[in-house]
Order: sequence, then C-alpha cells, then structure tokens
Amino acid sequence: MFEWFSHFNYVVVIILMMTGLYTVFASRNLIKKLAGLSVFQTSVFLLYITIGKVNGGQPPILVKDKSYGTDDDGQALLDGVVQVAAGNESYILPGPGSDVLYSNPLPHVLILTAIVVGVATLSIGLALTVRIREVYGTIEEDEIESADFVYNLEGTAD
Amino acid sequence: MSFLDLVPDWLLIHGPAFLMALPLIMAAVTAILPNKRVAWTSTFIVTAILTLTAFAIAIYNAEVGTTIYKMGGWAPPHGISLVIDALSAPLVLLIALMGFITVIYAMPATVAEIKPNKRAPFYAAFLLCIAGLLGMVVSGDAFNVFVFLEVSSISTYVLVAMGAARDRRALSAAYNYLILGSIGATFYVIGVGFLYMETGTLNMADMARILADLDGGSRVAKVAFGFIVIGLGLKLAMFPLHAWLPGAYAYAPTPVTVFLASTATKAALYLLLRFTFFVFDPSYTYVADVLMFVLVGLGVVGMVFASLQAIFQTDVRRMLAFSSVAQVGYMLLGIGIATTASVAAGYLHLLNHAIIKGGLFLALGAMWYRFGITRTEDFQGLGKTMPLTMGAFTVLGLSLIGIPFTAGFVSKLNLVYAAADEGWWWAVGIIMLTSILALIYIGRVLLAAYFQSPPEIKGVVVARNEAPLSMLLPMWGLAIASIIIGIDASAIVDASTRAAELLLGTG
Amino acid sequence: MSDPQNSPENPLGRDPHVLLRVISKFLIPLIALFAFYVQFHGDYGPGGGFQAGVILAASVILYALVFGLTEAKRAFPPRLIRYGMTLGVLLYGGTGVVNFILGGEFLNYSNLAHDASHGQHYGILAVELGVLVTVTTVMIAIFYAFGSRQPETSDEDW
Repeated sequence: MFEWFSHFNYVVVIILMMTGLYTVFASRNLIKKLAGLSVFQTSVFLLYITIGKVNGGQPPILVKDKSYGTDDDGQALLDGVVQVAAGNESYILPGPGSDVLYSNPLPHVLILTAIVVGVATLSIGLALTVRIREVYGTIEEDEIESADFVYNLEGTAD
Repeated sequence: MSFLDLVPDWLLIHGPAFLMALPLIMAAVTAILPNKRVAWTSTFIVTAILTLTAFAIAIYNAEVGTTIYKMGGWAPPHGISLVIDALSAPLVLLIALMGFITVIYAMPATVAEIKPNKRAPFYAAFLLCIAGLLGMVVSGDAFNVFVFLEVSSISTYVLVAMGAARDRRALSAAYNYLILGSIGATFYVIGVGFLYMETGTLNMADMARILADLDGGSRVAKVAFGFIVIGLGLKLAMFPLHAWLPGAYAYAPTPVTVFLASTATKAALYLLLRFTFFVFDPSYTYVADVLMFVLVGLGVVGMVFASLQAIFQTDVRRMLAFSSVAQVGYMLLGIGIATTASVAAGYLHLLNHAIIKGGLFLALGAMWYRFGITRTEDFQGLGKTMPLTMGAFTVLGLSLIGIPFTAGFVSKLNLVYAAADEGWWWAVGIIMLTSILALIYIGRVLLAAYFQSPPEIKGVVVARNEAPLSMLLPMWGLAIASIIIGIDASAIVDASTRAAELLLGTG
Repeated sequence: MSDPQNSPENPLGRDPHVLLRVISKFLIPLIALFAFYVQFHGDYGPGGGFQAGVILAASVILYALVFGLTEAKRAFPPRLIRYGMTLGVLLYGGTGVVNFILGGEFLNYSNLAHDASHGQHYGILAVELGVLVTVTTVMIAIFYAFGSRQPETSDEDW
C-alpha cells in the first residue's frame, strides 16, 4: 500500500492509460475516439518524463563555479571541476560522486519527438473525420457502418 | 565483385544514412513540383537510385559483414547507430525494389485514381513512406525505430485515405487503421520506455548486452517484452489484431496496396525478429513462453481462421488481404518454433510472400484499371480478355498455394522441415490444411477466369483489352522471379540462413 | 468575419469585436517576439524549434481568428506556406548533407567551423531554424486547410 505514495506517478499513468484506451474502444463517435487516443498518448508522455526526475536533481545545465579556484599548478582544487574550452570559466562537472546531481534530460527529448508524432496523428485523424463528415453526413460510427452496409453486401463500389 | 567497383566508396560507407535521407529530402521537394509528370519522374529517379544503393549495400554486406554507422559522429550507446547486418540487408533491398516496381506501375494507375492536383503530394507521401520503412529497418536504436515507424505509418494513413476518390469506404478504413496503428505504436513506445528504465540505454546492441548480464532482467523487462510484442503485433497484423488490414488493402489506391502488401507488415515482422532474438533472448523463460503460446498459438489460429474467412469473401482484394493475414501466421509459426531452420524458413517466407502478394495486387490493379473488376464473379472469362495479366495472376496464385517449382513451395517446404525436425506434426498438418484452403479460394478465381466465357455487355462479348506495358512489366517480373526462386532458391535461402544464424547464433 | 460595422454615426457602438481587435493588434507582435526568444534560448533553457514554431503559428492563427481568414491569407499566402514547408525540411536535410560533404558522417556538425564546439553550435542553430520554419508553416497550413472547409460565420450570427 505504501507504494501507492512513492510510486504515485505510475498510478496516475495507469489511470490515464486505461481511461484513454477505454474511450477509444467504447466510443461510437469519431472525435471522442481521437480524444481517447490523445489521453492514451499523454499518459505515455507522463510515464517517460516522471522517470527522468532525480530526487534533489537540478536542471542538466553546467553550474558555473565561482568559489573554487585553481592552485599554483593550474590544477583544480576540487574534484570534478573542469575548465571548459570556450572560456576561462570553471564549471562543476555533475554526475556520480560529485556535489551536483542533475535530472535526466533524455526522456524530455524523446517525449518532444513523441508529442510531435502525436500532433501529426491527431491532425490527420481530424482531417479524416472532416472528410467523413462531408461524405457521409455523420460522425457516428454505427451510422457510417449502416450507410456502407449496402456496399458491403454487394461487394462493389457503385 | 565488379558491381561494387562501379559504386563510389562514400556510398558504401554512408549507405544507410543515404538510404534514409534521400527519400526524406526528395519527398519535401516532390510535394511542390508543378505537375504530375515531373513528380512521377523525380519519384522514379529516387527509387531507382535507392534500389541500386540497396543492391550495392546488400552485396557489400555479404562480403564484409555487419557494418555500424554512427549518425552525427556520436558513438553508440550515446549516439544513434544505423546497422546493416545479415538480417536487415535483404529487407532493405526488398523495400527499395518494391518501391521501384510500384512507381513503374503507378504511372497509369495514378492517372486513373488520383485527382490531378493531388498527384504531387501523393508521390511525396509515397517517398515519405519509403523513407520511413527504410529508416525503420536500418536503425539500431530503439526509439529511432519508433520515429521512423510513425513516419511510415502516418504517410500510409494518408496514402490509404487517397483511395476515397475511387471508393468512399477508404476514409473509414484509413481512420480505423489510424486508430489501431497509433495504439500499436504507443504500445511499442511504452515497451521501449520500460526497457530504458531497466537497461538505461536505447541502443539495441547495448540493451542486449545489459539484459544478458542481468540474465533476463526483472519484471520490468518482462512487461516491456509484452508491450513490444503486442505493439508490433498490431502493426504486422497478428491474428486478433488484424482488423485494419482488409479495409486498408481493399480500398486504398492500387499502387498503395501493392506497396503496403509487400513491405509494411514485413518491416514490422523484421522488428519483431530483432527484438525477440537480438535484444531479448529465447533462453529467458518469459520469452520462450511468449514464443510458444502467443506467437505460435496466434499464428496457427490466424492461419486457419484467416484462410477460412478468405474463402467467404466476394471482393477479391479483401480475399487477398485475409490471405495476407494467414501468411503472416506462417511467419509467426516459423519465429515461434525458434530454431535456426525455422527462423530461416520464416524469414524466407517473408521475402517470398512480399514478392507474391505484391505481384498479385499488381495484377489485380491492372484488372481494375481496364475493367473495374473487384469481385470474384467479375473474373469470368478473364483468361481470354486479359491473358497476360491473368497468366501472371495464375503463376503467382499457384505460388501462394505452394505448387512445386514456385517460391511459395520452397518456403512452405522449409517450414514443414523445420516443424518436423522439432516433432511438431500438428503444425505440419495445419500447414497442409491451410494450403488446401488457399487452393480453394485461389482456385475459385482461376476457375472463373479460365473455364467461363467472357461476359456480354449489351449483347457484345467483351473484347481482349490487355493492361498497359508499364503494368505488365512489373507483374511479369515478379512472376518470373517467383518461378526462378522456385527452381533455384539457393541465393535467397542462403540469405535467410545467414539472417537466422545471426539471430540465433549470438543468442 | 466581415468588415466591422464602424459606420460614422456609430463609431464604437455596433462593433462587437473592438476589444479583441485592439488587444490582439497589441499582442500579436509580442507573441511573435516571444517565439523568437524561445527559439534562440533552446540552447540554454526549455525551448527550441518545435515550441517556437507552434508559438509563431499561434500568433498567425490569432490574427486569422480575429481579423478573418481572407485577411490572414493575404498576409501569409498559402503558396508561400507550401514552399515554406519544403524550405524547412531542406534546411534540416541540407545541413546534414553539407556535413557529409565536408567529410564526416551525416549530421556530424563538428566540421562546420574551425573547432568542434563552434561547429556544433552552428549546426544546432541551422537545424533549429529548419525546424522552426517547418513547424510554423505546417501548423498554419493545417489551420488553413481546416478553416477553409466551412464558410465563415458572419457578424449577425455571433
């Protein structure tokens, strides 16, 4: 039971995922199916992004280091402090064993791509719905099926 | 080999990226080209270049072995790698070749089926589809596969919907395909997300290594495998998840059906092979269970039920679509048995079926182009009115059934041998049964074509009206290819065996 | 939306849209400016091509919603939008091809300048520009496609 608090993000993901899937299967209206598909895809985005968060982590940006300097030999005084080539600044290199923890930026990149894909899919789905409305006059699935029933019986398009 | 000397060096080294980038860039250019002739010419040139490059890459791979290309100069596992190995090289060649053949066929077909102002975007979407499929097959990074999977799927939804000019049911077919395809791709993404949680990397070779170190991984990896199998199963039309396929194949424009039937499900099957044997390993208990009960079970059920459904169709395109679902069942059976011989047989059937189904839909499209034929009854007398087209249809139909000296016979024979080696005689029996069912539904069409006289319209017997040359050449090319494979299959069987050894040898 | 009824007898009384028009005349340039801010700050914070493209497209769509689709099509002609889509993809793909011509793999930005980190900088700027152009034009094109299907609601029907 305690996992429901520490794994709160997964609970939310599962609730959204199942809601979205149920809406896709159970709706008879084409727009509602697309809405369910969007909810389903959003739950996946949440899944990816919430696993990228590290407790106590900061954004994955190099922290400019003002307090530590170099000793006479030019070596950094603190482990993990690096000189970046483009300037004379010192930065603290984050990572394991360092003072600085950072959240994982990779899931955000993946989700950006997935969002774009979701937008493209949604726009094509909506365009198809508009065309179906123009051709059939309805966007309820059962009415579309019954309008095509005659076609399907004869197996011909005319 | 002398052919490789003609190919510039940079093409062999940068081949995978070239295959992916060229159709993508040319798709953007083709979309704004002024009229349909120019658009068709640019598509034709692009697919010709792609086929030659794919051919060169396949030969180069046969000589050199696995090549890994670092995209952007970043080394894997942090960077995206493009991998050409024995598993992906034949498929790259197949996709490029079928694209080229479809473009040759598409010249008269799009004139008949697509409105003039939509033809340049049609070719652009077609090039995007090819780019997506090629990217899917060469990619060595799990999320990159998703990106190209969606590129190809979205352009496929658009291409299928363009059949609305001919038959308005294409719109709801495309919509259904969109919903189910997006659910499948999202399941795949969930699976990759769980794999990323378990292994910390997205590179497929790296994932395989880490999972082997973890000896199969925890429950997270099991869940990931489940999601990936179902997601890919939706894309490759595994038995209960095939609901989108008959509609999409039947109502799409004919060039699109030809291309889809020979490449879309095959690329998804390639991904299933890649994940089941390369990333995961059949030695993990959960993978073996899924192979045994899900893939074999659903494959066998699909074979029988889809063949039975094919018999009861009046529309020939839907009949061939259900036949495709049954043939996918054969491939799943081959994968499920999980021995080198059976995976080689499944892969061989993948390649053969692409050629056979592509050719069958080419012939069917030519028949629609001339006479508007879509139903089985309309086939009467086609042996006399369109002899060459019907000849190609007959050869390919016999190959689908599995008559000796055709490609279908070779792959079914290999599958029977592989099943018999494991002692699975019930599988052999079911393969025989479905071949007889195929005989029934193909034979019905052939009987109507050859043993009935041509119909009379207003008292005049329909005259002979053969398909145009640009349609005849591709379909006879594929028919002759299937006979050549039936007589001497050594090259293609070698390629399949190498692919299977790559998958199962390392596992 | 037809020309607002700004008859001389009744300068502000009968026009129902004056508030919208005044505020959006003020806001649309600011939205576009914010889009460019997001675009160039993608290196240092959340942002980048896709987000900036959507914000820029939102400013054009706001203009179209308030002032009418015909006005918007005069300002941003559909032909230009179509060419813009291709231009964006060519920018991205072209950067990849240029990298490949200069030696090195496809999309390997290191060769674009005298050292690797400047090369990466220029490469990212170029591809983000390509993404901006593509996303903006695609979003506007989708809006035009959907918006042109139905006749616009006249003022009396509001």
